[in-house]
Amino acid sequence: MSLERSVERPLRQPRTGRLRSIMLTPYRGTLPEMKVGLFVTCLVDLMRPRIGFAALELLESAGCEVIVPGTQTCCGQPGYNSGDRAAAQALARKVLREFDACDYVVVPSGSCSGMIKAHYPELLADDPADKAALDRLTGKTYELTDFLVNVVKLDKVPGRFSGTVTYHDSCSGLREMGVKRQPRELLAKVPGLQLKEMTTPEYCCGFGGTFSVKFGDISARIAERKCEDIAGTGADAVVLGDLGCMLNIQGRLRRLGNTTTRVLHVAEVLAGVKDD
Amino acid sequence: MISQHTDSTGTYASVHFKSRAHDKLNDAKVQRAMRNFNLAAARSRAVAEVDNFEDLRTAAAAIRDRSLADLDVWLERFEREATRRGTKVHWAETHDDINRIVIEIAKAASVRKVIKSKSMVSEESHLNAALEGAGMQVVETDLGEYIIQLAGETPSHIIAPAIHKTRDDVADLFHEHHKTPRKQSISELTMEARKFLREHFLSADMGISGSNFLIAETGSTFIVTNEGNGRMTTTMPRVHVAITGIEKVVPTLEDVSALMRVLARSATGQSISNYISVNTGPKQPGDADGPEEMHVIIVDAGRSQLIGSDMQEALRCIRCGACMNHCPVYQNIGGHAYGWVYPGPIGSVLTPNYIGLQNALDLPNAATLCNQCGVVCPVRIPLPDLMRKLREKQVDRGLRPKSERFALKMWAWAAARPGIYSLFTRIAARVGKSMGGSGGLIHKLPGGGAGWTQDRDMPAPGGKTFRELYANRPSKGGGGR
Ligand code: SF4
Repeated sequence: MSLERSVERPLRQPRTGRLRSIMLTPYRGTLPEMKVGLFVTCLVDLMRPRIGFAALELLESAGCEVIVPGTQTCCGQPGYNSGDRAAAQALARKVLREFDACDYVVVPSGSCSGMIKAHYPELLADDPADKAALDRLTGKTYELTDFLVNVVKLDKVPGRFSGTVTYHDSCSGLREMGVKRQPRELLAKVPGLQLKEMTTPEYCCGFGGTFSVKFGDISARIAERKCEDIAGTGADAVVLGDLGCMLNIQGRLRRLGNTTTRVLHVAEVLAGVKDD
Repeated sequence: MISQHTDSTGTYASVHFKSRAHDKLNDAKVQRAMRNFNLAAARSRAVAEVDNFEDLRTAAAAIRDRSLADLDVWLERFEREATRRGTKVHWAETHDDINRIVIEIAKAASVRKVIKSKSMVSEESHLNAALEGAGMQVVETDLGEYIIQLAGETPSHIIAPAIHKTRDDVADLFHEHHKTPRKQSISELTMEARKFLREHFLSADMGISGSNFLIAETGSTFIVTNEGNGRMTTTMPRVHVAITGIEKVVPTLEDVSALMRVLARSATGQSISNYISVNTGPKQPGDADGPEEMHVIIVDAGRSQLIGSDMQEALRCIRCGACMNHCPVYQNIGGHAYGWVYPGPIGSVLTPNYIGLQNALDLPNAATLCNQCGVVCPVRIPLPDLMRKLREKQVDRGLRPKSERFALKMWAWAAARPGIYSLFTRIAARVGKSMGGSGGLIHKLPGGGAGWTQDRDMPAPGGKTFRELYANRPSKGGGGR
């Protein structure tokens, strides 16, 4: 893991500002060597490219050298959660190969990073050949906000926002990746932004991948409880870290006739909200 | 056989989960009752009062694992110790065996009236119907069970069986069955039930209970209740029969006390239940009270198949109900939609294992895998992982619908081929954008997507994929990277 490799290497004296904050992190010697692979995820690729670009901008603004492997598609989660192990394994191996050269893999999704970190080990357990590469991958995979807070220790963000937001903790981010404090810490750095917590931010929005289409009525009803909670805060926007939850909450809000509450990915807010 | 869980063709109600759930979502009464249901808040308060609850969960899981690892040893020990103290131990391999054994005991003791405290295992075998068929009167004495018995229903929750009923429902039921003036307040209703139940306690010949645990070292049953009805049921009638699953045995009393630290907190948010009854054998000379006969029926009915399998962790369950109390699906549809004895996450794992994978295809799939259950389960059962494994078994045995298998195959094939995948996603992004129109919202998706747009819009894609935009992005000096 990079942590061990890094301690042997003497750190150059950090200078000032943003560079200083990055160079103080005890990972690698100099900036250009921190090669970060961005796994944009299949949903961002198809539905909301701007989130991928926001993540890219945040990482680059933090001084990372970002690599976006051009062959990336999906982490395999839809297959894994539908019981199609073989399909999921094939995609997991693909991810393994695509990001092997990176020092880190950063994902703007708790669900897809959780798939890699929490589930690949079980998924690929039967194949010892992948063991070393797997350990490398799981050790270096981060959810975006976790990476920004705990690895690059970002102290300034490019975005600004005028208004109140409430934050929805997505299930995998929270319960698989330990993402809770990180996005809030970063949002606190956004000038003009005020955070107002909902009653149960950790409560599932009802998305659940293919569950959302197989059991659409149950899924939408769960989303409704989330929408009520969001509306109760009176926030201008609900911010979150997973595209699945985003489509679900936005879709239910709009169907319920709420056309004003914005639904934003945390990366967009941190990088500065732009329209498509 | 027709029962509350099967129809005249023997089809399990759990097969119809989807339509049952849909009905519950549109049942105003159930919705009102489920909205008021919040044992999750009680749990979180109770858990906050102990500073090492996570350690207690770990210890509880370890105790359950230890019991399961040598289940045969502990069961034999239990049988030996219980027999030594005058309890008769019976082994029921199937649900039919349970009913047969109870009826034999009842006939031998000339039993006419049976009172019951809560027993979910007896729900598995439809014991009440079997006893009534054999000419006996059966009265449930747990208040919730009593209510649903009057209503002719099954429990919708393992510890709060009538949670789907509102106060008004109960007032109507009592008025109708007790032929008394309709009561308004919960306390009046409770008093009325007490009055009616007391007569049954005094006149019953047999008391049937479950047993939360079987203690191997002492041969005792262990019953946790809040109403004290368990104590009356096990001590007042001449004959006491406890029915429980093979997995409920634990080595020592000390183990049980460790499990008790997590059970009530997880279940109802109490530090401890109002009553705990440890029953060790029938009445002995010098005892003030107790039954003349004590029987314990230890039930397999599918459980032993789980031992040593990838489902074994499910047998750790101590039936606290926390997983359903925290389940977003359960909270919205209630327990009856699941169609068999155990609802919620643990039900979605146990039901396919106990009645057959093909008889409960929806259950393991009807979950968001949010893991709100797994993080509260006092014995750390990885419920979402077990549901996912059941999904894998469905795929392996070819039990998924053709259309779904085809869609998955297509997706997997394309996702493994970046060039083709990119072509598909480019097309999808463009088609989606045009479907979304100026508002950027798709109101109706075709095919499988219809499930999404029935009650929701689908925010439309932007028209171009990230990968194509990225490939064409203006160079930022640093080159293509
Ligand atoms: S699975 Fe866990 S949470 Fe659910 S009833 Fe059993 S012990 Fe309780």
